[in-house]
Amino acid sequence: MEYVIIGNSAAAIGAVEGIRSVDKKGTITLVSNEPYHTYSRPLISYLLQEKVTEDAMKYRPDTFYTENACRLIFASAVQIDAKKKRVLLDNGQELPYGKLLTATGSSASVVPFAGLQSVKNAFTFMGLDDAKALRAALKPDCRVLIVGAGLIGLKCAEGIVKLAGSVTVVEVADRILSAVLDGEGAKKVQAHIESKGVSFMLSAKIERFEETRAFLSDGRQIEFDVLVTATGVKPNVDLLKGIARINKGILINEKSQTSATDIYAAGDCTECVDVSSGESKIMALLPNAYMQGECAGLNMAGVDTAFTQAIPMNAAGFFGLHIISAGTYCGEVYTCAEKDYKKLFYSRDKLNGYILIGNVEKAGIYTSLIRGATPLSSIDFNLVCRHPSLMAFTKTERAAKLGGEK
Amino acid sequence: MAINFLYPEYEIVRKESRCIACRACENQCAHGAHEFLADKGVMTCDESKCVNCHRCVCICPTRALKIVKSGNAYKQNANWGQRTVDELYRQADSGGVLLSSMGNPQNYPVYFDKILLNASQVTNPSIDPLREPMETRCALGAKPHRIERDKKGNIKNNLPPQLKLSMPILFSAMSYGSISYNAHESLARAAQELGIYYNTGEGGLHEDFYKYGKNTVVQVASGRFGVHSGYLNAGAAVEIKMGQGAKPGIGGHLPGTKIVGDIARTRMIPEGTDAISPAPHHDIYSIEDLRQLVYSLKEATDYKLPVIVKIAAVHNITAIASGIARSGADIIAIDGFRGGTGAAPTRIRDHVGIPIELALASVDKRLRDEGIRDNVSLVVGGSIRSSADIVKAVALGADAVYIASAALLALGCHLCRSCQTGKCNWGIATQIPQLTKRLNPDIGCKRLVNLLSAWKHEIQEMMGGMGINSIEALKGNRLMLRGIGLNERELAVLGIKHAGE
Amino acid sequence: MKRVYVNENWCLGCRLCEYHCAFAESRQKDMARALRGVKINPAIRIEANNGISFAVSCRHCKQPLCVKACITGALHITNGIITADKARCVGCYTCILSCPFGAISQNETGVIQKCELCTASHGSPACVKGCPNNALVYEERE
Repeated sequence: MEYVIIGNSAAAIGAVEGIRSVDKKGTITLVSNEPYHTYSRPLISYLLQEKVTEDAMKYRPDTFYTENACRLIFASAVQIDAKKKRVLLDNGQELPYGKLLTATGSSASVVPFAGLQSVKNAFTFMGLDDAKALRAALKPDCRVLIVGAGLIGLKCAEGIVKLAGSVTVVEVADRILSAVLDGEGAKKVQAHIESKGVSFMLSAKIERFEETRAFLSDGRQIEFDVLVTATGVKPNVDLLKGIARINKGILINEKSQTSATDIYAAGDCTECVDVSSGESKIMALLPNAYMQGECAGLNMAGVDTAFTQAIPMNAAGFFGLHIISAGTYCGEVYTCAEKDYKKLFYSRDKLNGYILIGNVEKAGIYTSLIRGATPLSSIDFNLVCRHPSLMAFTKTERAAKLGGEK
Repeated sequence: MAINFLYPEYEIVRKESRCIACRACENQCAHGAHEFLADKGVMTCDESKCVNCHRCVCICPTRALKIVKSGNAYKQNANWGQRTVDELYRQADSGGVLLSSMGNPQNYPVYFDKILLNASQVTNPSIDPLREPMETRCALGAKPHRIERDKKGNIKNNLPPQLKLSMPILFSAMSYGSISYNAHESLARAAQELGIYYNTGEGGLHEDFYKYGKNTVVQVASGRFGVHSGYLNAGAAVEIKMGQGAKPGIGGHLPGTKIVGDIARTRMIPEGTDAISPAPHHDIYSIEDLRQLVYSLKEATDYKLPVIVKIAAVHNITAIASGIARSGADIIAIDGFRGGTGAAPTRIRDHVGIPIELALASVDKRLRDEGIRDNVSLVVGGSIRSSADIVKAVALGADAVYIASAALLALGCHLCRSCQTGKCNWGIATQIPQLTKRLNPDIGCKRLVNLLSAWKHEIQEMMGGMGINSIEALKGNRLMLRGIGLNERELAVLGIKHAGE
Repeated sequence: MKRVYVNENWCLGCRLCEYHCAFAESRQKDMARALRGVKINPAIRIEANNGISFAVSCRHCKQPLCVKACITGALHITNGIITADKARCVGCYTCILSCPFGAISQNETGVIQKCELCTASHGSPACVKGCPNNALVYEERE
């Protein structure tokens, strides 16, 4: 079998490991449009903080490709010929495939602000090249303006705050991390980040840029030296246009199959069903990407496998304050807002989602309740609200989880 | 508050340099002797609560704890000893009968320790048990007086029912209630693995343990608790308990607070009622009455099971035993005055009854003199502490021994003698779930099997040294024994010569 | 593969597993010296409530969600044992988010720690050796 994988990040690596767990013989070709050994994109902010070296950003050891007998081609795929089952690369090469995986990821979705072209030092913050370019532009006294207070914008802020003179984050929504946190939690995290030297301007809409100046719709102006736009990401779906069904992302089923024969897709470029809400959505998250990729790999190698546990989830830390959240924030709410912040969202005997800020201990027990759609009536929900613990399960369930009697 | 006359007899010593404040001692002390002072981050202890069971000492991962005698002393007095005075104070305080547990701790002579074993030299070869057969198996039950033949001259099988043991040891009676479910399971499993027997005591047989029936002696005592046809037929032998070495002449009393759940069900009495075993069997006032019960039980078990009659060693033990040997009983079990108990009045435990060594020697002689020794097997208990005690008991005439305290020690008992509190930290003499779970029968069974396997090897070595290759050949072989430091009368009762003779 | 299994029927909640874990991790010879005055942070944790207690440590899942979720590749499987390369962990805690047993925790430096069965350091798990009641066993089961 000839396997071709377009991509070289989590979903692609997951696919390689999935294929190789059952098929040691088939040929695997990876096509990467970045000239690097597979690396972890979320680490770029840690690279700027010098918490990791570029070498330590490798997602898998140096021996990965040889050990898994993969060919890695540094090129961009420009076209897929689904009839002839070939992938055309920008270097002119044509790759025939038996099974194809598109793990093309996502790119920065930059809002087309008026005058953006006039800004000399404008960056996005998605990949290693972005990080390197941004690092080169930073000077100890420079003023950085980050547009967007999502995970990317804030991780960028954390990464550069010590390298710049000032960092200001402008966000159109009324709170930071609006996709991850509720209002109250967002305030708590914002206060913490502000205490570390980052300024925020919320509910602030940018009208236009003029070289080193941003104009807000309310008339305020911000002077800056370096601009980072972190206004969202968009899935890279172009290769499959006209070949497979695409909504916002490439539509895949629980086997990571697209609507086109022998073409699979996984990772940030796809959209699939979120089990916490039942809706189809893009969940551009590394763990989901890996697991979709692995599932695709197994199915490509002929093993019938389903990945049905995709949910939105995030684990992120900002200046030592940790946030873990997952699922959907709807239903009744259990709140604990003492020293640490906790919210659990539940309805119809199921946990839908949760937010933890500060103490994130054993958060995975909450995640598993969402993923497994565990009936809350079958566990001691009062206990689990206070402390995520296996104690909340029945004795039989605990024995199944931990071994118990032989 | 009234003056407290009693100073703790023992104190807990904590080596601060080794204590890591892991709080395992606090977690494991059901008496609350240890406490963690959160504000100071250190452990403290209250020795007045300590029963000296050594659970904390054993569980401490850094060996930071030990228990020592507190050394608080009254003015020296050979007559009014410290214990005597303390007990008096306790009674003046409470007005109650003193209760104690386990065996008599007083300083009476231990005759086993005044008896020495023989070994072969030159003229009669010793036997190496590792190279040559060495039989430790034995059978308990009445033996036929003569060989009977049918008309064709073939030998008739006239052997009454027997208990077959891989070694001359049985676990003696401890009821479910006095000890925990897990202690019972440990004993039952060990008995099965070792090819010996354990004894239900007067608490009935828990439904989970019917599967160990082939290795179970079921007891019928004066309260008749838990006795029914299925129970009698579940075991390998039936024991009528007439008396117990720790409390001859006294009945039993398991308070209603312990009669809960499975224990009430197994005893067949309502939850919360006191389980009172009368001092006598109210239907037995003579050997003839005993004979009726013996045969009732034989009838109920289709004459397939041997019947044991257990009595405490008291002054006229020989006459009693002689009567029992004529009652139809197959086995007589005699319990000496150092035998253990879950609870007994202190004065009874410490002052009533006689040593098992003397009782055994007398009974064996009397039955032989009367020509009825083969009517019964003799099983003796009442503080058998080692394989040497067993070899000496067999040489004095016992067919086998009963052990209970030794078995409990193997399970963790440290003889703190606080069983009556019901808060045994070793999970043995308690029914509190938090405490009973401390005795994992996997471990308990293994330790019992280890102990008795070791004893079996030692018995073989001692027998081999004497040039004897079977328990049967050792039985009643008093020439293998010599007394040391015993007077003429003691030697005469024991039927042995003095060392050097 | 041999794993640590927990039987709550025999767990005393004495927490000696936690202390033996911390002691093993200290790589010292004497427990008193290693742990005196130390607030331990073991990779095995007792859960206790209403007289029930049991220890929880990494189950070494065959399909480990933590490894699949790890954003750096710090978590990986070596001979069936899920191992954390502390040097490569950035402390994002995606594994804590993912582990359905709550068996991964933070260490003092902010990166993660988990049970690695002591195989590299002590041959077999110290918690099992230190359990006084066989509530923890280290054995092969399928």
